[in-house]
Amino acid sequence: MVSLSREAQDKEMGTEDYAISLRNLYKVFGPDPDQAMQLLSEGEGKDEILESTGNTVGVHDASFDVEPQEIFIVMGLSGSGKSTLLRCVIRLIEPTHGSIFLDGEDVTEMDDGQLRQLRREKTGMVFQQFALFPHRKVIDNVAYGLEIQGVSRKERHRNSAEILDTVGLSGWEDYYPENLSGGMQQRVGLARALVHDPSIMLLDEPFSALDPLIRRDMQQELLDLQKRLNKTMLFITHDLDEALRLGDRIAIMNDGEIVQIGTAKEIITEPADDYVANFVQDIDRAKILTAVDVATAEVPVLRQDHSVSGAWQEISETDAFYVVLTDEHRRLIGMVYSHDIRAQLENGSVSLDPLPIHEMERVSLERPVEDLFPLLSTNSSHPLAVVDRDGRLEGVVDASSLVSGLTKDGEVPRGASQ
Amino acid sequence: MRETLVSFLMEYPDDWQLPLAGWVDAITDWLIAEGGMVWDALSYVILFVVVRTERFLLWLPWSAMLVIFFVVAAFVVGPKLAAALSGGFLFIASLGMWDPSMATLAMVLVATAMAVMIGIPVGILMSKYEVLNRLIRPVLDLMQTLPSFVYLIPVVMIFSIGRIPALLATLIYAAPPVIRLTNLGIRQTASDVVEAGRSMGSTSMQLLLKIQLPLALPSIMAGINQTVMMALGMVVIASMIGAGGLGVEVFRGIGRLEVGRGFVGGICIVVLAVIIDRLTQQAIEGQGESHNG
Ligand SMILES: Nc1ncnc2c1ncn2[C@@H]1O[C@H](COP(=O)(O)OP(=O)(O)O)[C@@H](O)[C@H]1O
Ligand SMILES: [Mg+2]
Repeated sequence: MVSLSREAQDKEMGTEDYAISLRNLYKVFGPDPDQAMQLLSEGEGKDEILESTGNTVGVHDASFDVEPQEIFIVMGLSGSGKSTLLRCVIRLIEPTHGSIFLDGEDVTEMDDGQLRQLRREKTGMVFQQFALFPHRKVIDNVAYGLEIQGVSRKERHRNSAEILDTVGLSGWEDYYPENLSGGMQQRVGLARALVHDPSIMLLDEPFSALDPLIRRDMQQELLDLQKRLNKTMLFITHDLDEALRLGDRIAIMNDGEIVQIGTAKEIITEPADDYVANFVQDIDRAKILTAVDVATAEVPVLRQDHSVSGAWQEISETDAFYVVLTDEHRRLIGMVYSHDIRAQLENGSVSLDPLPIHEMERVSLERPVEDLFPLLSTNSSHPLAVVDRDGRLEGVVDASSLVSGLTKDGEVPRGASQ
Repeated sequence: MRETLVSFLMEYPDDWQLPLAGWVDAITDWLIAEGGMVWDALSYVILFVVVRTERFLLWLPWSAMLVIFFVVAAFVVGPKLAAALSGGFLFIASLGMWDPSMATLAMVLVATAMAVMIGIPVGILMSKYEVLNRLIRPVLDLMQTLPSFVYLIPVVMIFSIGRIPALLATLIYAAPPVIRLTNLGIRQTASDVVEAGRSMGSTSMQLLLKIQLPLALPSIMAGINQTVMMALGMVVIASMIGAGGLGVEVFRGIGRLEVGRGFVGGICIVVLAVIIDRLTQQAIEGQGESHNG
């Protein structure tokens, strides 16, 4: 008894702070889900379970929390259980086990009426194949969600026209969906999901059926829309580029399980397993990583007030051709060539002051690596200094740190091998 | 011992036979004896509707009927085809078959209306409940493949000769298509569209009325078309048990070896069939096109 109630408490703990929380969600398709659950708990593999019992494990022990107004991506290959997971959130598919909380309310406890209310007020869903109503005009597609709630024709058409304008479709109200292009149809899909002003959007590969160029436009529009509307979005995709572009955080699904949750950078720099690593190996890391990720701190640094003999000590321990010069607060001043220091030493001078100090290109920590290539190549011999807001040195970027930062474990990425 | 075994294997033993015929007799007897009031009430309602419809069609002067038909048909299929189909009615009149044709038309219209009123709800229920689908499917097969005479006999025993047994026989034969195609049409509404409806919080009645039935309409219309055609196909058989109309001409023509009379009756049935088919067929296609607003 005691342990049970504690478990129940743990389960709900903290969920009210999140827009969406999944706790140990399972979905088994087939004749005997209970048997499959039993076998799963005994550590049986999914393939064996399918073989011996005919049950398909669609989602296997998924848990995560989505912050309000976050764009949370679920990514995985086809058949990994993404659509099933998404449908479980509003019980379009009944979960086999586990709980779902939307704004702290347990969806799995709701009766039919409460569930309908939830779908009418809190959530809006967008589908891969648009799933528009072919027999209804655009305006009546959008108005559907209000129509079934008994909103008067005049009012629901006014709201729908407004939201159609938001997605850039005013003037198309009286067309039928089949007369619209794919991109426009999905705008109708978005408008239809937004018309009742839900706080949570569920999007199942909404742009996957579109041409690449249109897809990029729509992604940008979604981001623009999000700036104004501030929805919580649970966004499904199998396209890593899309995930990286849109996601605040990304969950990676493999074979029904969530194998990693993290920001784009975390996923790319620290893939949890081979599946994730495989996913991210083709990605253009230069678009995701920033200066701080490829900077090296292993550079000889000299404080301005040090003596030349001290400096010599420093550089004799490295084979670098330069020393970075900072003030006593580590603020960047510039760089000094090693051979100048050596010459100064031979002259018997002990001060750094008369040495020629060279300018270094400064880049901020957040500067995308993409931007660093041209900066490095314009003055190929000079490394870039990575500095924080106060101008303090964090590290330097040179050709070799760039290459090793962009490749994982020293592996050469595919593009760079030519 | 051996001999009895051999004869057992050769001839199916008499006392192992199912008394199915006896059972059906018993059921029929019971229905006649116990259901009297129900059948009387049913007869009264059906008779009222059929007779009223027939009287109305006969009361209309042929010229008025033609004008009304043309206007309605022009609305559905356009003036050109409407004129051609009106020509069909004119042809029937010119053969002196106006009155029997109207009687047949009344019968077919009432049978179709009843088939639709029963068939669409049954089809809907079959699409919603798999159990009903499993149960009713074989019944529909039976209704269409069983030779009509098999159920004509009990129906006549219950209602005696007249328009009512004729109508019921027609109904049994003609109702399956509209039931089947309603069921199919609803099952075929794209699952993602239905899911979209559910995701917005529709009740199942809203799903049915606002999404599934409108999308199933072309299929249902095709079912209605087939139902009308099959009802027409029953006209001759129905006339044998008192339906009246064109079937009687054909039936008497055959019975009295008046080949010409039978032929004229047959031609009129064909003309009616073509008129009704074109009209309902066009209505289906027009339905699909109306989306291109
Ligand atoms: N209704 C269903 N019945 C049986 N198996 C299903 C059903 N829906 C999905 N599955 C199975 O569950 C797994 C996950 O499917 P899905 O969620 O559609 O994956 P994804 O959206 O990632 O492509 C697949 O193996 C699929 O075959
Ligand atoms: Mg999917």
